[in-house]
Amino acid sequence: MGAHRYFCGNMKNIRNFCIIAHIDHGKSTLADRLLEFTHTISDRDMQAQVLDDMDLEREKGITIKSHAIQITYPFKGETYTLNLIDTPGHVDFSYEVSRALAACEGALLLVDASQGIQAQTISNLYLAIDNNLEIIPVINKIDMDGAMIEEVKDQIVELIGCKPETILLASAKSGIGIEGILAAIIERIPAPSGNVDAPLQALIFDSVFNSFRGIIIYYRIMNGSLKKGDKIQFASTRTDYFADEVGVLKLTMTAKDEVKTGDVGYIITGIKNAKEVKVGDTITLANNPAEMIKGFEEVKPMVFAGIFPVETDAFEELRDCMDKLQLNDASLTFELETSQALGFGFRCGFLGMLHMEIIQERLEREFNQTVITTVPNVSFIAHTSKGDTITVNNPTEMPDPTKLESIEEPFIKAQIVTHADYIGNIMTLCLGKRGIIINQSYLTSTRVELTFELPLTEIVFDFYDKLKSSTRGYASFDYHPIGYRESDIVKMDILLNSEKVDALSALIHRGRAQDFGRKLCEKLKELLPRQQFQIVIQAAIGAKIVARENISAMRKDVTAKCYGGDISRKRKLLEKQKEGKKRMKQIGNVEVPQEAFLAVLKLD
Amino acid sequence: MAGVYIHIPFCKKACHYCNFHFSTSKGLQESFITALLQEIDLRKDYVTEPVSTIYFGGGTPSILPSSEIDAVLSQLSKTFTIEPGAEITLEANPDDITPEKLQEWKQIGINRLSIGIQSFFEEDLAWMNRAHNAEQAQNCIHLAQDAGFFNLTIDLIYGTPTLSDEHWKKNVDTAIALQIPHLSCYALTVEPATALDKLIRQKKLADIDTEKQARHFEQLMEWMKASGYDHYEISNFAKPGFKSKHNSSYWQAKQYIGLGPSAHSFNGRSRQWNIANNALYIQSLAQGTIPAEEEVLSSEQQLNEYIMTSLRTMEGISLNKLLADFGKDKYDTVLKTAHSHLTSQHLALENNFLKTTASGKLLADGIAADLFIL
Ligand SMILES: Nc1nc2c(ncn2[C@@H]2O[C@H](COP(=O)(O)OP(=O)(O)OP(=O)(O)O)[C@@H](O)[C@H]2O)c(=O)[nH]1
Ligand code: SF4
Ligand SMILES: [Mg+2]
Repeated sequence: MGAHRYFCGNMKNIRNFCIIAHIDHGKSTLADRLLEFTHTISDRDMQAQVLDDMDLEREKGITIKSHAIQITYPFKGETYTLNLIDTPGHVDFSYEVSRALAACEGALLLVDASQGIQAQTISNLYLAIDNNLEIIPVINKIDMDGAMIEEVKDQIVELIGCKPETILLASAKSGIGIEGILAAIIERIPAPSGNVDAPLQALIFDSVFNSFRGIIIYYRIMNGSLKKGDKIQFASTRTDYFADEVGVLKLTMTAKDEVKTGDVGYIITGIKNAKEVKVGDTITLANNPAEMIKGFEEVKPMVFAGIFPVETDAFEELRDCMDKLQLNDASLTFELETSQALGFGFRCGFLGMLHMEIIQERLEREFNQTVITTVPNVSFIAHTSKGDTITVNNPTEMPDPTKLESIEEPFIKAQIVTHADYIGNIMTLCLGKRGIIINQSYLTSTRVELTFELPLTEIVFDFYDKLKSSTRGYASFDYHPIGYRESDIVKMDILLNSEKVDALSALIHRGRAQDFGRKLCEKLKELLPRQQFQIVIQAAIGAKIVARENISAMRKDVTAKCYGGDISRKRKLLEKQKEGKKRMKQIGNVEVPQEAFLAVLKLD
Repeated sequence: MAGVYIHIPFCKKACHYCNFHFSTSKGLQESFITALLQEIDLRKDYVTEPVSTIYFGGGTPSILPSSEIDAVLSQLSKTFTIEPGAEITLEANPDDITPEKLQEWKQIGINRLSIGIQSFFEEDLAWMNRAHNAEQAQNCIHLAQDAGFFNLTIDLIYGTPTLSDEHWKKNVDTAIALQIPHLSCYALTVEPATALDKLIRQKKLADIDTEKQARHFEQLMEWMKASGYDHYEISNFAKPGFKSKHNSSYWQAKQYIGLGPSAHSFNGRSRQWNIANNALYIQSLAQGTIPAEEEVLSSEQQLNEYIMTSLRTMEGISLNKLLADFGKDKYDTVLKTAHSHLTSQHLALENNFLKTTASGKLLADGIAADLFIL
């Protein structure tokens, strides 16, 4: 058979693998070493975490996007093509990991020798196992003084059930163990299977909008092959396009005449409309269309918040940018929202607060949009007295209390891995967040896994920071939704000079409402600039005012100072002031800065 | 008409609020004068118009020996065309003013003095860490007038914690009674990285009371009006005929050349400023280079500067000039933004000039920023 012939020729020399780990365990640094060792990247182009090529990734020192790159490596007299995908470690980007896994047959599971197994080590491992991936455990950072190699080996053996000898040791920083890792990739990870003579089926796992070239699509070919000039078709829409350019992903895109079964590549068709491309779709050939292959599980947003343009007439532009951004972030979901205070915008679903922050930043940096992000909330379920059930992703959708029968809120199961010393602190923290302890088990004599059930709304905002500070960083945390439970939730409104600002409303547990309202008013007082008249800030539950603050009118805004000929400095100061004003939203007669809408996140 | 500003970067001691460029060590004074003369020579082509004002500022120009000031003036008249009757101002601190010095200044051609009085009260002067006392503050004015300096201006500072409403009134009354024809009144401003800033941050001094500053400013405007002074710029008041010609050129976008460390120059299109470091200034000029940075203004920046400076003056923003110099689009945009300030009566439109009202003067910065085009 043709497939067999091909299998013997070429595909057996392909390995598709990703690097997965808990955050900061050294994935991107290991990728650097692999790329360096195999001369995939020249010395001139090399820099630390070279695959983290977004400004935001470099600034924050974390990976946000999965990044694929092709390596050519000679091994025992044969030449291999290794498609590496570096993945992010932060929980908020787990959707990136799960899609990368679908393009691979194996995974390097990295564990930091000084930290041991952490919460996302476990959750990413399970994702990989679900995808039937060959797991190669690697203990990284063995150069560190605090490396606990034997202990971490025990932990890994316990977790995966592998033989201790199969665990590799490495230091991505000092370049130790790199050759052994490459050998293991070739010897232990299976070559891709699939039939090169079958009709084309390529799974789209990512895409990006490029203003010169249109939309660039990244895929893994499951069957068949894709040639430059082919007429292709998306399985979900059955619309046709031409493959203007196909190729593989080196440090930059490298055009090829053909990309075949088992390989990871890109295609450019000149599509400009973001709506026509969907991650998870299958690329087939127009003249020999194949079945759609199973795509990805739908992403389940954890938090919702509104995103609005500061300038109301920039809505259409923002819509276009959101579509384009979504191409490159399949975990972003959004639908139209209207706010009395802010006009037209989008109610967006995010995987967490970091995700939300990244989306806002990317809109500003990559698309030049000035946006307001509103108070985030989880998704509630409201049961009305008439017997209707409503999903509430937005405080304004919450029915009037008189028409409500009950409200349910989402709960999660949280796994916290920590040192035994911190059990007390974690208990205090979680119980204070309305948590219930479910289980406590010792992984070793000093490492404990605690399991709690907690309301999602209590953990999405600042839980992780609090957890880190109450355990001096010695805790990692992972969570999964476990369904809805009835709860006493009220809607808290904020009024500025007696005008209700819907974008500042929040849904909150009744027991916390009073305190929350007071703190929010205080925070707003800090964040709203003084104006030429008095501003009254009030928090209300229904008609009842529960907190109030005043900002007195500004009396003087002029520098009566001798500044000699130094007019530039003064002008620059005022220009900055004006710049700041442009980012404010006029609500009634009150000017509200962007960050005030997120004041709720900055409460202690 | 062009202006010359000469920055003399030396002071006896550092006032707590001051962020001007100066040094309290006299070591480099002589080599500074050499460098300054060199700079004048090197920049002879910077101004293209005859010089109508010369201003010695600082720092404290009055601590220089008069012979050195004279040397600078001679170099200037060798290098530039100085109009006959040009306004030549010297900033002087009360503790430097003696009958002898006054005579010398007269002789070398100084015809206007700007005296850094700040307050006639001991506790304010001590709080500000000034080098002079209350008695010197009073005396020096008599001395100056006795020596024939009638074209005088003094600086007063209000809104300091030590200055009560009564004392503020006394300060202004004293100036008026002494028949000083020009007054610069500054609200105490806490500039970053000054001693004052540090003391406030360390909570060793109370933060500035802006309410008090606003009140002092309002009172000041009233008193000066009643005494026949024109409030011709936010911080400046003058009897008819006594406006500072030199400072007015800053606000009217006229050419000026700034000499000495940290001095700013403007030639109509670009601004430049010298390095604010005495040693580096001297070093660079010894090698024949002007240690300056330059900024060429975009049309928006020119407009913004025009708005900012003219809104601070009595005349206000000339709509005709706005239209002629910056075009219809920008003109329309500015007028559109001005609308809400006209409604709130912080701005008024008179004879095609947009100017601040008395209440608007207190908010002039915010209004200017609002009218800016970015
Ligand atoms: N000492 C030591 N430090 C390492 C090693 N590998 C990585 N690091 C450091 O660990 C930090 C995190 O490394 P990254 O490669 O960005 O980690 P990552 O797993 O890609 O992080 P995310 O993508 O954000 O999940 C960096 O400061 C690295 O320099 C190692 O082998 N030894
Ligand atoms: S005398 Fe003038 S320049 Fe010198 S420190 Fe005092 S205020 Fe500043
Ligand atoms: Mg990384």
